[in-house]
Order: sequence, then structure tokens, then C-alpha cells
Amino acid sequence: MLSAKQCKGQALSWQVQGGVIELALHREPCNELGSLSLVEFEKFASALDDLEKDAHTLILYSELKCGFCAGADLRELYQQSQTRGKLQASRGVRDFLERIHRVLNRIDSAPLTTIAAVHGVTFGGGFELALACDLIIADKMARFCFPELRLGLIPGFGGIPRLKRDLGNAFVRDLLLTGRSVNATKAQQVGLVSQVVSEGEALRAARATAAQVGKFDRQTSLTAKRFIKPIPLDELRKEIDIFCELFARSAVQAGLKRFVESTDAQPYLP
Amino acid sequence: MTFMETAGKTLDEILTLAAAHFKVPREQLSPDEDFFKALRIDSLQTLDLLTKLENHFRVELPDYELQGVTDFRTLATKIQARL
Repeated sequence: MLSAKQCKGQALSWQVQGGVIELALHREPCNELGSLSLVEFEKFASALDDLEKDAHTLILYSELKCGFCAGADLRELYQQSQTRGKLQASRGVRDFLERIHRVLNRIDSAPLTTIAAVHGVTFGGGFELALACDLIIADKMARFCFPELRLGLIPGFGGIPRLKRDLGNAFVRDLLLTGRSVNATKAQQVGLVSQVVSEGEALRAARATAAQVGKFDRQTSLTAKRFIKPIPLDELRKEIDIFCELFARSAVQAGLKRFVESTDAQPYLP
Repeated sequence: MTFMETAGKTLDEILTLAAAHFKVPREQLSPDEDFFKALRIDSLQTLDLLTKLENHFRVELPDYELQGVTDFRTLATKIQARL
């Protein structure tokens, strides 16, 4: 760590410049969210108290070519479920969810305008991370998906309550129940994405948006955000319970094993 | 333009687009070839191809409809069905 204003970790890095906090994801292969990422996200969430004093906007983006984030680290989840007993594995999952929810709730409620600048794969937990932000700016190669049902699970990082907050229920059902992925244009049509830009232009567009955001009185922006964007805390809590209930079933272990051992060209498909 | 002509055009556009995106000589790709092998792509790059095709043809291609599709010709018929 260089200083509170700037940090270079193994999974993510951040810096503040001109009132904008930029949080970059860079864990190979595609920013899978596991123990390492969680610890660094927690450090970031703690640092936010200080960072946001000098900032009006937070931009999240990925430095990796493959995309924004492929979601939870399923290989780690599978390994841990194999090496721990059933009860211990369930406790581990609940603990992980509680912690990642605290981080995402912190980002969701940050007294800043938050922007996810996404490209490529924005799946599962990666999609949920983007949903915690106020705005999603996507390059036209971005793809969104909730593939969790293929494992016998539901999204566990706040996906359903946040999607419900932002979108019509019919589209939420489509995404969840079919597990299909949609491109940025479709995501914009349904109101999920605020801007679609050319390939490789999402971060530039997010910076331009941040410059615009910075022109407004910060307290007014914060008041508007709190008025329009409530955190669905009860449903988020319920989501953790449902996820843990489902995770205890043997079908989930079989689904994880299938995914981890798959040599299929499209292992994310149900 | 007849259905066969349109289908042929779609197939040709897919081959050209895939060759350009994955930097493979167009003449090395044939309609009945396994595109995973021909383009040497993994699952994440397959998503790239899907997005490229959707953007180019302005269609939606649900992933599950493409499950098991491995050659360019079948891919063209799937796209053709949504044009």
C-alpha cells in the first residue's frame, strides 16, 4: 500500500485524482471474486471513509481484456466445500456472503456518484458489483448474465433485490430463469445501462460523466441519490438466507463439480 | 433476394466478421468447420463472437439456442431465423 489515497493490491487498485476515485480490478483470469478479492474490497471499503472526503465520484472498471468480472470464484468455492465439512462449508459461505454484502452495501450507499464502466464479461457477482453502482456505462462488447441457476443457486451478492429495484420484474425473471446473457444494447433498452459506447471507450465515457457530476453541489447530489436509491436491506438479508439454504443441497456440489471439471467451450451455460 | 441467397450472404458475413475479429485469414475458414477449433477460441471468446454477431446483425441470440452449435453454417441458420 502506498498511501490511503492510492493502493495497489493483487486483485484491485485505487487512486484519487481530481475528485474521482478510480477502482481498477485486475485479478487474472477474469476478476473472479474469491477470498483475496474480498479482503482487498474490504480494505477499499474501509479506506472509502477517508477517500470520499476528497471525491464526488467513484468509477469501477477492469484492466483485464476479458471483461469487467466473471463473478464469484467457483473453483475456490468448490475446493473449500471439498476440504471442509458440510457444516463448516455452509458457515464459510454465509460468512463470505455477509462480508461481500457489507462491501457492496457500502458502495451502494456511498455519498458519491458511483459508475461501473464495464466491458466484456459482466457475469454473476460481477454483474452484482455493477448493480451496486448508480450508473452503468457499457462498451458495446459488454455482456450481462446471471448463470447461478445452472448450479442450483440464486445470485448471492445482492443481485435480485438490486435488479428488482432498478428494472421491471418481467426482465428480471427472464435473466434469472433462463440464465441467458444479454448484450449492452439490450441492457440499455431495458434501462439497466445508461450509456453504450464504442469498444474500449467505457472508462473514457465514465471519466467524462464524472467531470459532469463534479459540477453539481455534492450535498444536493447526495440528497437526490438517497431519495431515489434506497438500499433494499430486508430483501438483501433474505437473499443470503435463501442462498445458504440452497447451497446446503447436494445438487449444488454436483453443479460446482461439473463446472470446475468442465472442458466444454461454454461451461457457463445451463 | 431469395431465402437461399440471403442465407448465403449471412454465412459469408459471419465468416468475414469472425476472421476479422479473431485475426484469422478469411480463406482458412469454411462453412462446415468447427469454429471453436478454426478460431481457437475459449468460452469467453465465444461470448465475444456472440456479441459481435448480435451487434452486426442487430438480433438477439439466446445462449441456449446456440448450445451444441459448432459450425458456421448452423450458426448462420440460427441468425437467419431471427432476422
